[in-house]
Amino acid sequence: MSVTTRTTARSVEKYRVTRSRRNVAWTGLGALVVVVVLALFPYIVYSGTTTIMVQAFIILTLASMWNLLAGYAGLVSVGQQAFLGLGAYFVLILAMHGTSPFAALPVAAIGCGVAAVPLWWLVSRLRSGYFAIATWVLATTVMLVIEKFPSLGSGTGAPLPGLAAISPTLLEADTYWIGLAVSVLALGAMYLLLRGRLGLVLTAIRDDEVAARSSGARVGLARMLVFVVAGIGCGAAGGVYIISQLAVQPSAAFNVQWTAEMAFAVIIGGLGTIEGPILGTIVYMVLQQTLASYNVWYLIILGVVAMAVAIFARRGLWGLVDEYLHLRLFPVGYWLWEPGSGGRRGLLRRRGGRPG
Amino acid sequence: MDWVNDVIQGILTGGLYALFACGLSLMFGVMKVVNLAHGDLAVVGGYVALGVIAITHVPVLWSFLIVVPIMAVLGYGLQRTLIQAALDRSVLTTLLVTFGLSVVIENALLQFVNADSHSLGVNNSIITASFSLGSQIQIAWLLLLILVVAVVLLLGLQYFLSASKYGRLIRAVADDKEAAQLSGVDYRHVFGIAAAIAVGSVGLAGIAQGMYSQFAPTTGTDTILLFAFAAVVIGGLGSLWGTLVGGVVLGVAQEIGSQINASDGFLAGYIVFLAVLILRPQGLVARGAQA
Repeated sequence: MSVTTRTTARSVEKYRVTRSRRNVAWTGLGALVVVVVLALFPYIVYSGTTTIMVQAFIILTLASMWNLLAGYAGLVSVGQQAFLGLGAYFVLILAMHGTSPFAALPVAAIGCGVAAVPLWWLVSRLRSGYFAIATWVLATTVMLVIEKFPSLGSGTGAPLPGLAAISPTLLEADTYWIGLAVSVLALGAMYLLLRGRLGLVLTAIRDDEVAARSSGARVGLARMLVFVVAGIGCGAAGGVYIISQLAVQPSAAFNVQWTAEMAFAVIIGGLGTIEGPILGTIVYMVLQQTLASYNVWYLIILGVVAMAVAIFARRGLWGLVDEYLHLRLFPVGYWLWEPGSGGRRGLLRRRGGRPG
Repeated sequence: MDWVNDVIQGILTGGLYALFACGLSLMFGVMKVVNLAHGDLAVVGGYVALGVIAITHVPVLWSFLIVVPIMAVLGYGLQRTLIQAALDRSVLTTLLVTFGLSVVIENALLQFVNADSHSLGVNNSIITASFSLGSQIQIAWLLLLILVVAVVLLLGLQYFLSASKYGRLIRAVADDKEAAQLSGVDYRHVFGIAAAIAVGSVGLAGIAQGMYSQFAPTTGTDTILLFAFAAVVIGGLGSLWGTLVGGVVLGVAQEIGSQINASDGFLAGYIVFLAVLILRPQGLVARGAQA
């Protein structure tokens, strides 16, 4: 009796639950500073640099979305290029009808989210590997359907109208800002989603799908939500892509190489962490820029490294950082502190996020 | 009469697609591995055949005697190293690793060979010739041969798995690898053998593709893997007979599609695939639950 009372009293007094092991107020501030500095880039650096950065923003957005699918919902999609292509073509269609491509981008992204619902209905019948190839077939089918429209340039593609009036310098800066905005929004939305109820449901599914189902978690709905969000994100990235290229070609927009790039960035950076895709995108861009004059060598190297990481260091580069520094820039789980210790050894366990 | 011809041509190409799908079906059936590098391995088979023919000057038709063993050894090696290592981790890892392998193979071929299309020219006139049925139907001997090879391969595999001692071992391991291990079976070796058979058949598919049309580094993903997969899903997951039926249905759908509009063959094939996914997700030849 007295023991119970004492334990209860103790736990009320001493057990603490925090979002992160460290105080993250400064990382939030740091993120804000990084975004502000990045937003000032067009005034500081050469235009060649902003062009490369736009490419990095596209990869970062795509990688974050692929990470949400594969790292959190266990859905390995090899067909995310379907949404990239659709996003680009939606922007093209709206621009052909007189809308500014920049205004068309959010609409196109939402359109991709809407398109994701029936596509999810088709592929959700299949699991794991079959799901992967089915999404691939779907992406190819969407491309073949798009190629049926002569007004969209059939198989050769079409230039993007509506941007001729803007001066090239301003257009470059605008493209950069929209790329930055899309990737910041994608990361922010993903962070908020994973912090909330959806994150908990996804963690429960990952740990034990049957148990999650029997506890009332709506597994199918959670997965569909993730697929739709990923569709919106990849669609927005497609919008940035067509604005940065000023033209679109079906075989380039619907190329499976997009999925290869996003998947490699995620696997190398760290599957199932928000920070992983950021790190992975940096690795990807550095390799791609360094080896730019050696054709596809960067993809071969990235592929080999990704395979090695998938087998030997499953949590990627950020997993290593987390293991040694216990650092989370975007904490989505919880820490439980043992009473009385308070110090370094106070950690009992972590809930949510990836198990450490 | 046109329609009859389409159906017959479709059935003949269906044999090629069933040959594509055989290895994919087998690897999933035994190891529960969906090999995303399947198509690229077939293209590697085609390139190996090119090399073997250039070095040894064997006739194209007989090159499989050398190519298939080479591919089988490659399959065993891949299974015992990369794929087994991934399998020991998780299903997700096998997908990541085979996808990585697919991209690496494709880009390595682009980097070290080139992007050109190659074909395995068949100089034997009996093979390039065709015979006619009635006035409108022409049947190419080569396609008929490929169809026969596909049927013989699938029949042989079915017999091997259900009747032979080693086939029983493979099925035992596929059913429950821990229990098989307890009975003294080295399941990793059995997986290796199954992969050797699968990749050997993939080599055959690569040669068939090279003889029938042509292959380039990207053929593996944009044609072979997707067609093989469509055939497997249409027919029904995990059934070798279903694979043959699926290949034939896909072939007929493509022929009829391209009859309606010359460029719509592929689209028609995929629409049939999606229709099967909606109306009969267990496949036309249903057996057991879906994967």
